[in-house]
Amino acid sequence: MRAQFVMSEIGVGLRRNLTMTFAVIISVALSLALFGGSLLMRDQVSAMKGYWYDKVNVTVYLCNKSDAKDAADAATDAAAKGDSGAVAKGPCAKGAVTPEQKQRIEADLKKLDLVQSVTYESSDEAYKHYKERYGQTALASVVTPDQMPDSFRVKLKNPEQYKVITSAFAGRDGVQSVADQSSEVDNLFSLLGTLNWAALGIMMIMLIVALLLIVNTVRVSAFSRRRETGIMRLVGASGFYIQVPFIMEAAVAGLIGAVLACVMLGAGQYFVIDHGVDLRHKLELINFIGWDSVFTKLPLVLVVGLLMPSLAAFVALRKYLKV
Amino acid sequence: MIRFDSVSKSYPKQSRPALRDVSLEIAKGEFVFLVGSSGSGKSTFLRLVLREERASHGQVHVLGKDLAKLSNWKVPHMRRQLGTVFQDFRLLPNKTVAENVAFAQEVIGKPRGEIRKAVPQVLELVGLGGKEGRMPGELSGGEQQRVAIARAFVNRPALLIADEPTGNLDPQTSVGIMKLLDRINRTGTTVIMATHDQQIVDQMRKRVIELEQGRLVRDQSRGVYGYQH
Repeated sequence: MRAQFVMSEIGVGLRRNLTMTFAVIISVALSLALFGGSLLMRDQVSAMKGYWYDKVNVTVYLCNKSDAKDAADAATDAAAKGDSGAVAKGPCAKGAVTPEQKQRIEADLKKLDLVQSVTYESSDEAYKHYKERYGQTALASVVTPDQMPDSFRVKLKNPEQYKVITSAFAGRDGVQSVADQSSEVDNLFSLLGTLNWAALGIMMIMLIVALLLIVNTVRVSAFSRRRETGIMRLVGASGFYIQVPFIMEAAVAGLIGAVLACVMLGAGQYFVIDHGVDLRHKLELINFIGWDSVFTKLPLVLVVGLLMPSLAAFVALRKYLKV
Repeated sequence: MIRFDSVSKSYPKQSRPALRDVSLEIAKGEFVFLVGSSGSGKSTFLRLVLREERASHGQVHVLGKDLAKLSNWKVPHMRRQLGTVFQDFRLLPNKTVAENVAFAQEVIGKPRGEIRKAVPQVLELVGLGGKEGRMPGELSGGEQQRVAIARAFVNRPALLIADEPTGNLDPQTSVGIMKLLDRINRTGTTVIMATHDQQIVDQMRKRVIELEQGRLVRDQSRGVYGYQH
Protein backbone atom coordinates (compact mmCIF):
# COMPACT_ATOMS: atom_id res chain seq x y z
CA MET A 1 0.00 0.00 0.00
CA ARG A 2 1.42 3.30 -1.06
CA ALA A 3 0.78 5.84 1.67
CA GLN A 4 1.29 8.87 -0.53
CA PHE A 5 -1.22 7.62 -3.07
CA VAL A 6 -3.81 6.96 -0.37
CA MET A 7 -3.24 10.35 1.26
CA SER A 8 -3.74 12.21 -2.00
CA GLU A 9 -6.96 10.26 -2.65
CA ILE A 10 -8.25 11.25 0.80
CA GLY A 11 -7.40 14.92 0.22
CA VAL A 12 -9.19 14.89 -3.12
CA GLY A 13 -12.22 13.18 -1.60
CA LEU A 14 -12.52 15.61 1.31
CA ARG A 15 -12.22 18.63 -0.95
CA ARG A 16 -14.74 17.27 -3.41
CA ASN A 17 -17.40 17.05 -0.71
CA LEU A 18 -16.34 20.17 1.13
CA THR A 19 -19.80 21.23 2.31
CA MET A 20 -20.72 17.71 3.34
CA THR A 21 -17.38 17.26 5.11
CA PHE A 22 -18.00 20.54 6.91
CA ALA A 23 -21.44 19.34 8.04
CA VAL A 24 -19.95 16.08 9.28
CA ILE A 25 -17.24 17.91 11.22
CA ILE A 26 -19.71 20.27 12.87
CA SER A 27 -22.20 17.60 13.85
CA VAL A 28 -19.49 15.27 15.16
CA ALA A 29 -17.98 18.17 17.10
CA LEU A 30 -21.30 19.13 18.68
CA SER A 31 -22.33 15.60 19.57
CA LEU A 32 -18.94 14.82 21.06
CA ALA A 33 -18.88 18.11 22.97
CA LEU A 34 -22.23 17.15 24.49
CA PHE A 35 -20.92 13.66 25.17
CA GLY A 36 -17.83 15.03 26.92
CA GLY A 37 -19.93 17.65 28.65
CA SER A 38 -22.26 15.10 30.10
CA LEU A 39 -19.32 13.00 31.28
CA LEU A 40 -17.95 16.10 33.00
CA MET A 41 -21.38 16.87 34.44
CA ARG A 42 -21.36 13.42 35.98
CA ASP A 43 -17.98 14.15 37.55
CA GLN A 44 -19.24 17.51 38.74
CA VAL A 45 -22.28 15.97 40.40
CA SER A 46 -20.25 13.35 42.19
CA ALA A 47 -17.72 15.96 43.27
CA MET A 48 -20.54 18.10 44.64
CA LYS A 49 -22.14 15.11 46.33
CA GLY A 50 -18.91 14.29 48.10
CA TYR A 51 -18.38 17.86 49.12
CA TRP A 52 -21.87 18.68 50.26
CA TYR A 53 -22.85 15.40 51.81
CA ASP A 54 -19.74 15.82 53.89
CA LYS A 55 -21.05 19.13 55.17
CA VAL A 56 -24.73 18.39 55.58
CA ASN A 57 -26.19 17.16 58.83
CA VAL A 58 -29.45 15.84 59.97
CA THR A 59 -30.66 18.12 62.75
CA VAL A 60 -33.05 16.91 65.42
CA TYR A 61 -34.70 19.99 66.90
CA LEU A 62 -36.03 19.61 70.41
CA CYS A 63 -39.09 21.27 71.85
CA ASN A 64 -38.45 24.39 73.86
CA LYS A 65 -40.85 26.27 76.11
CA SER A 66 -42.21 28.54 73.43
CA ASP A 67 -43.03 25.55 71.18
CA ALA A 68 -44.95 23.93 74.06
CA LYS A 69 -46.76 27.17 74.76
CA ASP A 70 -47.77 27.54 71.10
CA ALA A 71 -49.19 24.01 71.10
CA ALA A 72 -51.08 24.58 74.35
CA ASP A 73 -52.45 27.92 73.08
CA ALA A 74 -53.70 26.26 69.94
CA ALA A 75 -55.54 23.64 72.01
CA THR A 76 -57.07 26.29 74.24
CA ASP A 77 -58.25 28.25 71.22
CA ALA A 78 -59.88 25.15 69.80
CA ALA A 79 -61.64 24.45 73.12
CA ALA A 80 -62.89 28.03 73.29
CA LYS A 81 -64.48 27.59 69.87
CA GLY A 82 -66.62 24.76 71.27
CA ASP A 83 -64.48 21.78 70.37
CA SER A 84 -64.96 20.10 73.76
CA GLY A 85 -62.72 17.14 72.98
CA ALA A 86 -59.79 19.34 72.05
CA VAL A 87 -56.48 18.28 73.44
CA ALA A 88 -53.10 19.74 72.74
CA LYS A 89 -51.88 18.38 69.39
CA GLY A 90 -48.69 18.77 67.41
CA PRO A 91 -45.19 17.62 68.12
CA CYS A 92 -44.67 19.66 71.26
CA ALA A 93 -48.07 19.19 72.85
CA LYS A 94 -46.62 17.34 75.78
CA GLY A 95 -44.49 20.26 76.77
CA ALA A 96 -40.87 21.21 76.44
CA VAL A 97 -38.26 18.53 76.29
CA THR A 98 -37.21 17.11 79.64
CA PRO A 99 -33.58 16.31 80.51
CA GLU A 100 -34.47 12.57 80.57
CA GLN A 101 -35.95 12.72 77.10
CA LYS A 102 -32.88 14.56 75.93
CA GLN A 103 -30.61 11.86 77.32
CA ARG A 104 -32.69 9.09 75.82
CA ILE A 105 -32.71 10.71 72.38
CA GLU A 106 -28.97 11.20 72.45
CA ALA A 107 -28.39 7.62 73.56
CA ASP A 108 -30.69 6.27 70.86
CA LEU A 109 -28.95 8.36 68.21
CA LYS A 110 -25.54 7.10 69.25
CA LYS A 111 -26.77 3.52 69.23
CA LEU A 112 -27.55 3.65 65.52
CA ASP A 113 -24.93 2.08 63.28
CA LEU A 114 -25.24 4.62 60.53
CA VAL A 115 -24.57 7.56 62.80
CA GLN A 116 -21.04 8.81 62.76
CA SER A 117 -21.19 11.50 65.40
CA VAL A 118 -23.72 13.45 67.41
CA THR A 119 -23.15 16.95 68.71
CA TYR A 120 -25.46 18.84 71.01
CA GLU A 121 -26.21 22.46 70.35
CA SER A 122 -27.91 24.27 73.19
CA SER A 123 -30.33 27.12 72.60
CA ASP A 124 -27.68 29.60 73.79
CA GLU A 125 -25.20 28.32 71.25
CA ALA A 126 -27.87 28.39 68.57
CA TYR A 127 -28.64 32.00 69.52
CA LYS A 128 -24.96 32.88 69.29
CA HIS A 129 -24.63 31.28 65.81
CA TYR A 130 -27.79 33.00 64.71
CA LYS A 131 -26.51 36.36 65.84
CA GLU A 132 -23.23 35.77 64.05
CA ARG A 133 -25.02 35.09 60.78
CA TYR A 134 -27.92 37.50 60.90
CA GLY A 135 -26.72 40.00 63.57
CA GLN A 136 -27.30 43.05 61.37
CA THR A 137 -30.89 42.34 60.44
CA ALA A 138 -34.01 43.70 62.12
CA LEU A 139 -35.31 40.22 62.89
CA ALA A 140 -32.17 39.32 64.83
CA SER A 141 -32.75 42.10 67.34
CA VAL A 142 -36.10 40.67 68.50
CA VAL A 143 -34.98 37.04 68.72
CA THR A 144 -34.25 35.83 72.24
CA PRO A 145 -32.31 32.76 73.33
CA ASP A 146 -35.58 31.26 74.60
CA GLN A 147 -36.96 31.06 71.10
CA MET A 148 -34.01 29.11 69.75
CA PRO A 149 -34.41 25.35 70.10
CA ASP A 150 -31.90 22.90 71.49
CA SER A 151 -30.78 20.48 68.85
CA PHE A 152 -28.69 17.45 68.07
CA ARG A 153 -26.50 17.73 65.01
CA VAL A 154 -26.15 14.25 63.59
CA LYS A 155 -23.48 13.32 61.09
CA LEU A 156 -24.22 10.17 59.11
CA LYS A 157 -21.78 7.67 57.75
CA ASN A 158 -23.79 7.49 54.55
CA PRO A 159 -25.62 10.79 54.09
CA GLU A 160 -28.13 9.25 51.71
CA GLN A 161 -29.71 7.31 54.57
CA TYR A 162 -31.09 10.38 56.30
CA LYS A 163 -34.62 9.01 56.01
CA VAL A 164 -33.92 6.47 58.75
CA ILE A 165 -33.33 9.25 61.25
CA THR A 166 -36.40 11.14 60.12
CA SER A 167 -38.70 8.17 60.50
CA ALA A 168 -37.22 7.10 63.83
CA PHE A 169 -37.21 10.43 65.59
CA ALA A 170 -39.86 12.64 64.02
CA GLY A 171 -42.91 12.66 66.33
CA ARG A 172 -41.11 11.40 69.38
CA ASP A 173 -41.85 13.11 72.65
CA GLY A 174 -39.72 16.16 73.02
CA VAL A 175 -38.74 16.28 69.35
CA GLN A 176 -40.01 19.33 67.54
CA SER A 177 -38.87 18.34 64.08
CA VAL A 178 -36.16 16.55 62.16
CA ALA A 179 -34.60 18.71 59.51
CA ASP A 180 -32.56 17.20 56.83
CA GLN A 181 -30.41 19.42 54.66
CA SER A 182 -29.52 16.68 52.25
CA SER A 183 -33.10 16.39 51.03
CA GLU A 184 -32.73 19.94 49.72
CA VAL A 185 -29.37 19.07 48.21
CA ASP A 186 -31.00 16.04 46.63
CA ASN A 187 -33.42 18.26 44.79
CA LEU A 188 -30.49 20.05 43.23
CA PHE A 189 -28.84 16.76 42.32
CA SER A 190 -31.97 15.43 40.72
CA LEU A 191 -32.16 18.65 38.71
CA LEU A 192 -28.57 18.17 37.60
CA GLY A 193 -29.32 14.55 36.83
CA THR A 194 -32.23 15.59 34.63
CA LEU A 195 -30.04 18.12 32.85
CA ASN A 196 -27.49 15.40 32.31
CA TRP A 197 -30.06 13.09 30.76
CA ALA A 198 -31.24 15.93 28.56
CA ALA A 199 -27.66 16.51 27.41
CA LEU A 200 -27.32 12.79 26.68
CA GLY A 201 -30.57 12.86 24.74
CA ILE A 202 -29.42 15.79 22.61
CA MET A 203 -26.12 14.01 22.17
CA MET A 204 -27.88 10.92 20.87
CA ILE A 205 -29.84 12.98 18.36
CA MET A 206 -26.73 14.82 17.23
CA LEU A 207 -24.93 11.51 16.98
CA ILE A 208 -27.63 10.04 14.78
CA VAL A 209 -27.53 13.18 12.63
CA ALA A 210 -23.76 12.85 12.39
CA LEU A 211 -23.98 9.17 11.44
CA LEU A 212 -26.63 9.81 8.80
CA LEU A 213 -24.51 12.61 7.39
CA ILE A 214 -21.52 10.31 7.25
CA VAL A 215 -23.50 7.59 5.50
CA ASN A 216 -24.74 10.15 2.99
CA THR A 217 -21.28 11.60 2.48
CA VAL A 218 -19.89 8.16 1.82
CA ARG A 219 -22.67 7.48 -0.64
CA VAL A 220 -22.02 10.69 -2.56
CA SER A 221 -18.31 10.05 -2.38
CA ALA A 222 -18.65 6.49 -3.65
CA PHE A 223 -20.90 7.69 -6.46
CA SER A 224 -18.60 10.48 -7.57
CA ARG A 225 -15.68 8.09 -7.59
CA ARG A 226 -17.40 5.11 -9.17
CA ARG A 227 -15.15 5.44 -12.22
CA GLU A 228 -12.00 5.11 -10.14
CA THR A 229 -13.34 2.33 -7.98
CA GLY A 230 -14.62 0.48 -11.04
CA ILE A 231 -11.17 0.59 -12.60
CA MET A 232 -9.56 -0.37 -9.32
CA ARG A 233 -11.80 -3.39 -9.17
CA LEU A 234 -10.99 -4.41 -12.74
CA VAL A 235 -7.24 -4.23 -12.32
CA GLY A 236 -7.48 -6.27 -9.12
CA ALA A 237 -7.13 -3.77 -6.28
CA SER A 238 -8.11 -5.45 -3.02
CA GLY A 239 -11.37 -4.52 -1.36
CA PHE A 240 -9.43 -3.06 1.54
CA TYR A 241 -7.42 -0.85 -0.79
CA ILE A 242 -10.57 0.42 -2.47
CA GLN A 243 -12.34 1.12 0.83
CA VAL A 244 -9.52 2.69 2.79
CA PRO A 245 -9.72 6.16 1.21
CA PHE A 246 -13.43 6.38 2.03
CA ILE A 247 -12.99 5.18 5.60
CA MET A 248 -10.01 7.46 6.11
CA GLU A 249 -12.04 10.40 4.82
CA ALA A 250 -14.69 9.76 7.45
CA ALA A 251 -12.01 9.18 10.08
CA VAL A 252 -10.22 12.44 9.26
CA ALA A 253 -13.49 14.41 9.34
CA GLY A 254 -14.43 12.68 12.61
CA LEU A 255 -11.05 13.41 14.13
CA ILE A 256 -11.25 17.09 13.20
CA GLY A 257 -14.70 17.15 14.79
CA ALA A 258 -13.37 15.43 17.91
CA VAL A 259 -10.52 17.94 18.20
CA LEU A 260 -13.06 20.76 17.93
CA ALA A 261 -15.12 19.07 20.65
CA CYS A 262 -12.03 18.90 22.86
CA VAL A 263 -11.39 22.60 22.23
CA MET A 264 -15.00 23.34 23.19
CA LEU A 265 -14.69 21.36 26.42
CA GLY A 266 -11.42 23.10 27.28
CA ALA A 267 -12.93 26.47 26.45
CA GLY A 268 -15.92 25.65 28.66
CA GLN A 269 -13.65 24.80 31.57
CA TYR A 270 -11.51 27.88 30.99
CA PHE A 271 -14.14 30.51 30.28
CA VAL A 272 -17.05 29.29 32.40
CA ILE A 273 -15.41 27.78 35.46
CA ASP A 274 -11.88 29.11 35.80
CA HIS A 275 -11.95 32.53 34.13
CA GLY A 276 -14.45 34.65 32.23
CA VAL A 277 -17.75 33.79 33.91
CA ASP A 278 -15.53 32.53 36.72
CA LEU A 279 -18.02 30.33 38.54
CA ARG A 280 -15.26 28.93 40.71
CA HIS A 281 -14.95 32.22 42.57
CA LYS A 282 -18.53 33.40 42.24
CA LEU A 283 -19.99 30.21 43.68
CA GLU A 284 -17.51 29.29 46.34
CA LEU A 285 -20.00 26.93 47.93
CA ILE A 286 -19.62 24.60 44.97
CA ASN A 287 -16.57 22.46 44.51
CA PHE A 288 -15.96 22.62 40.75
CA ILE A 289 -14.14 19.99 38.74
CA GLY A 290 -10.63 20.79 37.62
CA TRP A 291 -8.55 20.34 34.49
CA ASP A 292 -7.63 16.79 35.48
CA SER A 293 -11.26 15.79 34.96
CA VAL A 294 -11.29 17.48 31.56
CA PHE A 295 -8.04 15.87 30.43
CA THR A 296 -9.14 12.36 31.34
CA LYS A 297 -12.21 12.77 29.10
CA LEU A 298 -10.36 14.04 26.03
CA PRO A 299 -8.78 10.71 24.93
CA LEU A 300 -12.19 9.06 25.09
CA VAL A 301 -13.73 11.86 23.02
CA LEU A 302 -10.93 11.55 20.44
CA VAL A 303 -11.23 7.78 20.21
CA VAL A 304 -15.00 7.92 19.81
CA GLY A 305 -14.60 10.70 17.23
CA LEU A 306 -12.17 8.55 15.26
CA LEU A 307 -13.86 5.16 15.47
CA MET A 308 -17.53 6.05 15.19
CA PRO A 309 -17.37 7.74 11.76
CA SER A 310 -15.00 5.06 10.46
CA LEU A 311 -17.43 2.38 11.50
CA ALA A 312 -20.34 4.28 9.95
CA ALA A 313 -18.37 4.67 6.72
CA PHE A 314 -17.48 0.99 6.71
CA VAL A 315 -21.11 -0.02 7.12
CA ALA A 316 -22.20 2.47 4.44
CA LEU A 317 -19.58 1.16 2.02
CA ARG A 318 -20.95 -2.34 2.22
CA LYS A 319 -24.14 -0.94 0.79
CA TYR A 320 -22.93 1.67 -1.67
CA LEU A 321 -19.58 0.40 -2.92
CA LYS A 322 -19.30 -2.84 -4.80
CA VAL A 323 -15.94 -4.41 -4.21
CA MET B 1 -6.99 -21.27 -19.59
CA ILE B 2 -10.80 -20.98 -19.57
CA ARG B 3 -13.23 -23.86 -19.28
CA PHE B 4 -17.03 -23.68 -19.08
CA ASP B 5 -18.77 -26.91 -18.02
CA SER B 6 -22.48 -26.73 -18.89
CA VAL B 7 -22.74 -23.23 -17.47
CA SER B 8 -26.08 -21.52 -17.04
CA LYS B 9 -26.71 -18.10 -15.64
CA SER B 10 -30.07 -16.63 -14.83
CA TYR B 11 -30.63 -13.27 -13.24
CA PRO B 12 -33.33 -12.76 -10.66
CA LYS B 13 -36.55 -11.25 -12.03
CA GLN B 14 -35.75 -12.52 -15.50
CA SER B 15 -37.56 -15.57 -16.76
CA ARG B 16 -35.14 -16.32 -19.59
CA PRO B 17 -31.64 -17.31 -18.53
CA ALA B 18 -28.82 -15.19 -19.96
CA LEU B 19 -26.68 -18.28 -20.58
CA ARG B 20 -27.92 -21.83 -21.03
CA ASP B 21 -25.77 -24.89 -20.74
CA VAL B 22 -22.65 -23.46 -22.32
CA SER B 23 -19.61 -25.74 -22.46
CA LEU B 24 -16.36 -24.70 -24.10
CA GLU B 25 -12.66 -24.49 -23.59
CA ILE B 26 -10.22 -21.76 -24.55
CA ALA B 27 -6.55 -22.67 -24.55
CA LYS B 28 -3.61 -20.52 -23.60
CA GLY B 29 -2.48 -18.16 -26.33
CA GLU B 30 -5.72 -18.32 -28.34
CA PHE B 31 -7.43 -15.35 -29.95
CA VAL B 32 -11.20 -15.76 -29.70
CA PHE B 33 -14.04 -13.65 -31.10
CA LEU B 34 -17.27 -13.76 -29.19
CA VAL B 35 -20.15 -12.80 -31.48
CA GLY B 36 -23.90 -12.66 -31.22
CA SER B 37 -26.67 -10.10 -31.28
CA SER B 38 -27.36 -7.83 -28.34
CA GLY B 39 -28.78 -9.82 -25.45
CA SER B 40 -27.29 -13.08 -26.69
CA GLY B 41 -25.24 -13.49 -23.52
CA LYS B 42 -21.84 -12.13 -24.58
CA SER B 43 -21.60 -9.70 -21.69
CA THR B 44 -22.76 -12.33 -19.21
CA PHE B 45 -20.08 -14.66 -20.55
CA LEU B 46 -17.39 -12.03 -19.94
CA ARG B 47 -18.80 -11.14 -16.52
CA LEU B 48 -18.59 -14.77 -15.51
CA VAL B 49 -14.96 -14.93 -16.62
CA LEU B 50 -14.20 -11.79 -14.59
CA ARG B 51 -16.23 -13.21 -11.72
CA GLU B 52 -18.41 -10.15 -11.55
CA GLU B 53 -21.16 -12.74 -11.54
CA ARG B 54 -21.27 -16.35 -10.46
CA ALA B 55 -22.72 -19.11 -12.56
CA SER B 56 -26.15 -20.39 -11.53
CA HIS B 57 -25.30 -23.90 -12.72
CA GLY B 58 -22.18 -25.54 -13.98
CA GLN B 59 -18.56 -24.68 -13.42
CA VAL B 60 -16.38 -21.85 -14.68
CA HIS B 61 -12.65 -22.42 -14.58
CA VAL B 62 -10.36 -19.49 -15.26
CA LEU B 63 -6.57 -19.79 -15.09
CA GLY B 64 -6.96 -23.24 -13.58
CA LYS B 65 -9.23 -22.11 -10.76
CA ASP B 66 -12.83 -23.03 -10.13
CA LEU B 67 -14.41 -19.61 -9.68
CA ALA B 68 -17.27 -20.98 -7.60
CA LYS B 69 -14.75 -22.11 -5.00
CA LEU B 70 -12.71 -18.92 -5.13
CA SER B 71 -13.35 -16.92 -1.97
CA ASN B 72 -14.24 -13.25 -2.33
CA TRP B 73 -11.01 -11.92 -0.94
CA LYS B 74 -9.00 -13.90 -3.47
CA VAL B 75 -10.90 -12.44 -6.42
CA PRO B 76 -8.70 -9.31 -6.69
CA HIS B 77 -5.63 -11.50 -7.00
CA MET B 78 -7.27 -13.47 -9.78
CA ARG B 79 -8.22 -10.26 -11.57
CA ARG B 80 -4.63 -9.06 -11.55
CA GLN B 81 -3.92 -11.75 -14.11
CA LEU B 82 -6.69 -10.47 -16.37
CA GLY B 83 -6.68 -7.30 -18.43
CA THR B 84 -9.92 -5.64 -19.50
CA VAL B 85 -10.75 -3.19 -22.27
CA PHE B 86 -14.18 -1.66 -22.89
CA GLN B 87 -15.99 0.13 -25.65
CA ASP B 88 -16.12 3.34 -23.58
CA PHE B 89 -12.37 3.28 -22.69
CA ARG B 90 -13.03 4.00 -18.97
CA LEU B 91 -10.12 6.36 -18.52
CA LEU B 92 -9.84 8.81 -15.64
CA PRO B 93 -10.34 12.22 -17.25
CA ASN B 94 -8.38 14.14 -14.63
CA LYS B 95 -5.22 12.05 -14.97
CA THR B 96 -2.65 12.13 -17.73
CA VAL B 97 -2.06 9.21 -20.07
CA ALA B 98 0.90 8.02 -18.01
CA GLU B 99 -1.01 8.45 -14.73
CA ASN B 100 -3.94 6.47 -16.08
CA VAL B 101 -1.66 3.57 -16.91
CA ALA B 102 0.27 3.93 -13.66
CA PHE B 103 -3.01 3.87 -11.71
CA ALA B 104 -3.47 0.20 -12.59
CA GLN B 105 -0.14 -0.54 -10.95
CA GLU B 106 -0.45 1.85 -8.02
CA VAL B 107 -3.69 0.34 -6.79
CA ILE B 108 -2.24 -3.14 -6.63
CA GLY B 109 0.76 -1.82 -4.71
CA LYS B 110 3.52 -2.14 -7.29
CA PRO B 111 6.75 -0.40 -6.23
CA ARG B 112 7.31 3.02 -7.70
CA GLY B 113 10.53 2.10 -9.48
CA GLU B 114 8.81 -0.69 -11.33
CA ILE B 115 5.94 1.61 -12.38
CA ARG B 116 8.35 4.24 -13.68
CA LYS B 117 9.97 1.65 -15.88
CA ALA B 118 6.86 -0.23 -17.03
CA VAL B 119 4.65 2.72 -18.02
CA PRO B 120 6.80 4.27 -20.80
CA GLN B 121 7.56 0.78 -22.04
CA VAL B 122 3.92 -0.22 -22.45
CA LEU B 123 2.98 3.18 -23.92
CA GLU B 124 5.73 2.67 -26.50
CA LEU B 125 4.27 -0.77 -27.24
CA VAL B 126 0.78 0.59 -27.93
CA GLY B 127 2.19 3.36 -30.10
CA LEU B 128 1.71 6.29 -27.72
CA GLY B 129 5.40 7.05 -27.10
CA GLY B 130 5.79 10.76 -26.38
CA LYS B 131 2.16 11.29 -25.33
CA GLU B 132 2.66 10.40 -21.68
CA GLY B 133 1.73 13.87 -20.43
CA ARG B 134 -1.45 14.34 -22.48
CA MET B 135 -4.90 14.28 -20.92
CA PRO B 136 -7.41 11.72 -22.25
CA GLY B 137 -9.64 14.53 -23.49
CA GLU B 138 -6.91 15.73 -25.84
CA LEU B 139 -6.65 12.36 -27.57
CA SER B 140 -8.64 10.81 -30.40
CA GLY B 141 -10.88 7.83 -29.70
CA GLY B 142 -8.35 5.40 -31.13
CA GLU B 143 -5.61 6.87 -28.97
CA GLN B 144 -7.79 6.69 -25.88
CA GLN B 145 -8.46 3.04 -26.56
CA ARG B 146 -4.72 2.50 -26.88
CA VAL B 147 -4.29 4.04 -23.43
CA ALA B 148 -6.93 1.65 -22.11
CA ILE B 149 -5.14 -1.29 -23.73
CA ALA B 150 -1.84 -0.10 -22.28
CA ARG B 151 -3.48 0.01 -18.85
CA ALA B 152 -4.92 -3.46 -19.30
CA PHE B 153 -1.60 -4.84 -20.47
CA VAL B 154 0.84 -3.06 -18.17
CA ASN B 155 0.59 -5.77 -15.53
CA ARG B 156 1.27 -8.39 -18.22
CA PRO B 157 -1.95 -10.35 -17.77
CA ALA B 158 -2.29 -13.91 -19.00
CA LEU B 159 -5.70 -13.11 -20.43
CA LEU B 160 -6.99 -9.96 -22.09
CA ILE B 161 -10.76 -9.46 -22.24
CA ALA B 162 -12.02 -6.87 -24.72
CA ASP B 163 -15.72 -5.99 -24.75
CA GLU B 164 -16.39 -4.35 -28.15
CA PRO B 165 -13.14 -2.40 -28.10
CA THR B 166 -13.78 -1.00 -31.58
CA GLY B 167 -17.45 -0.21 -31.01
CA ASN B 168 -16.85 3.55 -30.86
CA LEU B 169 -14.15 3.75 -33.51
CA ASP B 170 -14.14 4.26 -37.25
CA PRO B 171 -13.06 1.28 -39.41
CA GLN B 172 -9.57 2.59 -40.09
CA THR B 173 -8.83 3.23 -36.43
CA SER B 174 -10.34 -0.15 -35.59
CA VAL B 175 -7.81 -1.87 -37.83
CA GLY B 176 -5.01 -0.22 -35.87
CA ILE B 177 -6.52 -1.42 -32.58
CA MET B 178 -6.89 -4.96 -33.95
CA LYS B 179 -3.27 -4.98 -35.06
CA LEU B 180 -2.31 -3.99 -31.55
CA LEU B 181 -4.44 -6.74 -30.00
CA ASP B 182 -2.96 -9.23 -32.44
CA ARG B 183 0.52 -8.15 -31.41
CA ILE B 184 -0.39 -8.58 -27.75
CA ASN B 185 -1.79 -12.02 -28.59
CA ARG B 186 1.52 -12.95 -30.21
CA THR B 187 3.34 -12.28 -26.93
CA GLY B 188 1.44 -15.28 -25.57
CA THR B 189 -1.51 -13.46 -24.01
CA THR B 190 -4.88 -15.08 -24.56
CA VAL B 191 -7.38 -12.59 -26.01
CA ILE B 192 -11.17 -12.84 -25.87
CA MET B 193 -12.95 -10.14 -27.79
CA ALA B 194 -16.69 -9.62 -27.92
CA THR B 195 -17.62 -7.73 -31.08
CA HIS B 196 -20.27 -6.77 -33.57
CA ASP B 197 -17.75 -5.79 -36.22
CA GLN B 198 -18.23 -8.17 -39.14
CA GLN B 199 -15.34 -6.80 -41.17
CA ILE B 200 -12.82 -7.35 -38.43
CA VAL B 201 -13.92 -10.89 -37.68
CA ASP B 202 -13.90 -11.82 -41.34
CA GLN B 203 -10.44 -10.32 -41.86
CA MET B 204 -8.75 -11.82 -38.84
CA ARG B 205 -9.81 -15.42 -39.41
CA LYS B 206 -9.56 -16.42 -35.77
CA ARG B 207 -11.68 -18.75 -33.67
CA VAL B 208 -15.30 -17.56 -33.50
CA ILE B 209 -17.74 -18.43 -30.74
CA GLU B 210 -21.33 -17.45 -31.44
CA LEU B 211 -24.03 -17.15 -28.81
CA GLU B 212 -27.72 -16.90 -29.54
CA GLN B 213 -30.27 -16.38 -26.80
CA GLY B 214 -27.80 -17.67 -24.25
CA ARG B 215 -26.90 -20.84 -26.16
CA LEU B 216 -23.62 -21.69 -27.81
CA VAL B 217 -24.61 -22.10 -31.48
CA ARG B 218 -21.24 -22.05 -33.22
CA ASP B 219 -17.62 -22.66 -32.26
CA GLN B 220 -15.47 -22.46 -35.32
CA SER B 221 -11.72 -22.11 -35.66
CA ARG B 222 -10.62 -19.65 -38.35
CA GLY B 223 -14.27 -18.61 -38.63
CA VAL B 224 -16.15 -15.67 -40.06
CA TYR B 225 -18.79 -13.42 -38.53
CA GLY B 226 -21.42 -15.45 -40.33
CA TYR B 227 -24.69 -13.94 -39.27
CA GLN B 228 -26.52 -10.92 -40.53
CA HIS B 229 -27.74 -8.26 -38.19
